[in-house]
Amino acid sequence: MIQKPLILSTERLHKSFGGLMAICDLSFSVREGEIKSVIGPNGAGKTTLFNLITGVHCISSGTIVFQERSINGLKPHVIAGMGISRTFQTVELFPQMTVLENVMVGCHPRSKAGLFSSGFRLPRMQKEEKWIREQAFEKLILGGLQKKADLAAGNLPLGEQKTLEVLRAIATGPKLILLDEPAAGLNEVETQKMADLVYAIRDSGVTILLVEHDMSLVMKVSDEIIVINYGEKIAEGPPDRIQSDPKVIEAYLGGETLCLS
Amino acid sequence: MDLQAQIIQYLAAGLTLGSIYAMVGLGFTIIYNATGIINLAQGEFVMFGGLIMVFLTTTLGLPMFASFFITLALTTGIGMLYERLFIRHPSKKAPLMTLLIITVAVSIFFRGIAMFIWGKDPYSLPHFSSPKPILIGGAAILPQVLWILGLSLLAVILMNLFFNRTITGKAMSACAVNRMAASLVGIDPFRMVMLSFALSATLGALAGASITPIALMEYDRGPMLALKGFCAAVLGGLGYGSGAVVAGFLLGLVESFTTGFISSALKEATALIILILVLFIKPSGIFGSEEVGKIKKI
Amino acid sequence: MGKSNYLKLLVAAALVAVIPLIVSGDYHLSILVFVGINCMVVVGLSLLMGYAGQISLGHAAFFGIGAYSTGILTTHFGFSIYAAFGCGLLFSALVAVIIGIPALRLKGHYLAIATLGIGEIIYILFNEMVELTGGPSGLSNIPAFHIGGYPFGHSLQYYYLVWGVLMVILWFSLNLIHSRVGRALRAMHGSEVAANAMGINLSFYKIQIFVLSALYASVAGSIYAHFVSFIAPNNFALMNSIMFLVMGVVGGIHNIWGAVLGAVLMTFLPEYLRVFKEFDILMYGAILLAILLFMPEGFLEGIPMMWRKYVKRGEA
Repeated sequence: MIQKPLILSTERLHKSFGGLMAICDLSFSVREGEIKSVIGPNGAGKTTLFNLITGVHCISSGTIVFQERSINGLKPHVIAGMGISRTFQTVELFPQMTVLENVMVGCHPRSKAGLFSSGFRLPRMQKEEKWIREQAFEKLILGGLQKKADLAAGNLPLGEQKTLEVLRAIATGPKLILLDEPAAGLNEVETQKMADLVYAIRDSGVTILLVEHDMSLVMKVSDEIIVINYGEKIAEGPPDRIQSDPKVIEAYLGGETLCLS
Repeated sequence: MDLQAQIIQYLAAGLTLGSIYAMVGLGFTIIYNATGIINLAQGEFVMFGGLIMVFLTTTLGLPMFASFFITLALTTGIGMLYERLFIRHPSKKAPLMTLLIITVAVSIFFRGIAMFIWGKDPYSLPHFSSPKPILIGGAAILPQVLWILGLSLLAVILMNLFFNRTITGKAMSACAVNRMAASLVGIDPFRMVMLSFALSATLGALAGASITPIALMEYDRGPMLALKGFCAAVLGGLGYGSGAVVAGFLLGLVESFTTGFISSALKEATALIILILVLFIKPSGIFGSEEVGKIKKI
Repeated sequence: MGKSNYLKLLVAAALVAVIPLIVSGDYHLSILVFVGINCMVVVGLSLLMGYAGQISLGHAAFFGIGAYSTGILTTHFGFSIYAAFGCGLLFSALVAVIIGIPALRLKGHYLAIATLGIGEIIYILFNEMVELTGGPSGLSNIPAFHIGGYPFGHSLQYYYLVWGVLMVILWFSLNLIHSRVGRALRAMHGSEVAANAMGINLSFYKIQIFVLSALYASVAGSIYAHFVSFIAPNNFALMNSIMFLVMGVVGGIHNIWGAVLGAVLMTFLPEYLRVFKEFDILMYGAILLAILLFMPEGFLEGIPMMWRKYVKRGEA
């Protein structure tokens, strides 16, 4: 079986905030086209990892390589333009904008109209606007939100807001998408729909890096899992190996943190 | 006049100006810390300080000592009324920009009242002690200058003690850092806000009353002082009272020496030029820290 | 641009065309000219404040650069009015870029302070560069605006000029808001971190909008110079910058039409208050306070809100 190339890899990644070490000596990689999950107890550093990859925080030391290019120190919008997209743990929609407009913003990296052509409504800008609108609407259909296109995004229920955030991230046309707890706060039905969405993303050729607490979802969708605790990698591998890894079990059940008797 | 005397003269002038800027800057900081608002009517407290004292001594004929304290009390009252009527309700829901413009409107309103009562002429006050200049190192220094410096320093020390040593002061600092948490431990944020306005008003009045014997006072002195004081507050690191004070004195000194040795044309711009230069190098201000700067936005 | 905005633009254009038939007399038309000039500046501020989320405390400087460029280049150097106009735009853009780039790279409201500073500095330059600007006594004999050699002699012509240009500015601005750029700005407002994650370069757009707002102010200033033919530094001081802000906030900064409304209201208000003589500053401050206290979001959103609150309440 030919292995797909690595799309993302980190090498000895460190991040400290003042005296607090959030990520320690973290090296892992993601293969093109796979769904890789990042799991670990709360506060393990998963969202920090996402923030490092997307350039929100700056790296203390180590490297992150995306498609054979180092992305150390690049600004978030540059990294987004290179093909990495994300969702957020706490939904970061644009609440005053409509559902459709939120996804249209997602098309930003794939479009070009600037101040001049927009202000004067030049023909090429109008054509592009039409294209953006169609693209965005397509994504809404994918997520089943097309009927709510003109509602204010902030008025949607949580499940649909999370779906919308994923659709917005897809609209950027990414090669790698980071989903930060997409199923958090969702019921069983909504979680299943989210899983279907994740499969659809994978089927379109996009690589997925997923942070999730919902273990059934993780075990079901993931090709590989990496387990983080206290900012360090403690295990990496396919789901069945992770499930039986004693270090992982210990990390989740804890030493002194959980007393079962 | 030989150089040494000149320098001492400019030094005195600079410190005088500086203490006014320091008082205004400190006032800005106190309100900003408690509310996040930049009170653009800060200069009007100074104006009222001067003009009310003029009214009390000249029109009512009260002794200076009594007038001074009554002036402080009345201006403080104005500050509290200002907060209660124009800030309390809007601050709950109005966007920050609107609150800023409300302070502008209050500034105009106060100026309107002042113009109505006192007209446009400048007024003077008798010196607090003797009007005869003292000779220090060849320079003639007015005793009023010593009053201004002394009172300002006293005010700064008292503020310092208040914020660091008293429960109320600490409560105000707590409010500044985290309003919700403060209210959860029983601190009433609204009272703290009113207190911040009261203190700012007192400081302004002190500055106004003490500067009037030298520099006179008229109804529209406020905005220019507010501008300088604001520069001092930002220069010191918005939110740091001691920074505002030091920056205020620094600005006064630089302004005085620039006027004396370079040109008086730049006088008004000095404060702003310094501000921009410093902010280019250290955006959080001289004493501010970057982390805090990120939390507090203007 | 949304259908409703096109409609509003058409209605506005129709009003503009019709009003001179009702209103006549140089005095009233002059006020309308000033209203239009102020609108231009405030629309720019609305884009800056309401969409890019930045505050400018020195917009009178750009207004002044436009005015003095026109004034100086036509009177002292014999430039044509169009060349002078263009130079005004150029200088304003230059200044905006010079202070905008460093200020907008930083997080927080450094633009507010930078504009405060540049406002003061430019004001001082106007006062001090006496050979060019005439200093505090001002610059006079600025030629009237002319088209094809025919100079404007009547307020009515300036009225059409100003409001015509304003219509173009409104059209441009509305197009911008309903475009990719406008969405990027509104996204910035909604969530900066998400906007970043969508590839939006925040600083880039903030700077662009800042420069655009400076250009609007410059256009307004140049026309102003032709209209009044005499300008002095104290038309371009801090108070004027703040007045522009006040107009924006009173009307409602999140909406271009709010900016227009605010400029209309606050340009007319002082005229009506002249009656009050020594009271006038007091009344101005009091009315301004009343507006802000009862309609903190500005008139445009405030009026419907009051309607719903007090009128609809009557219906059970």
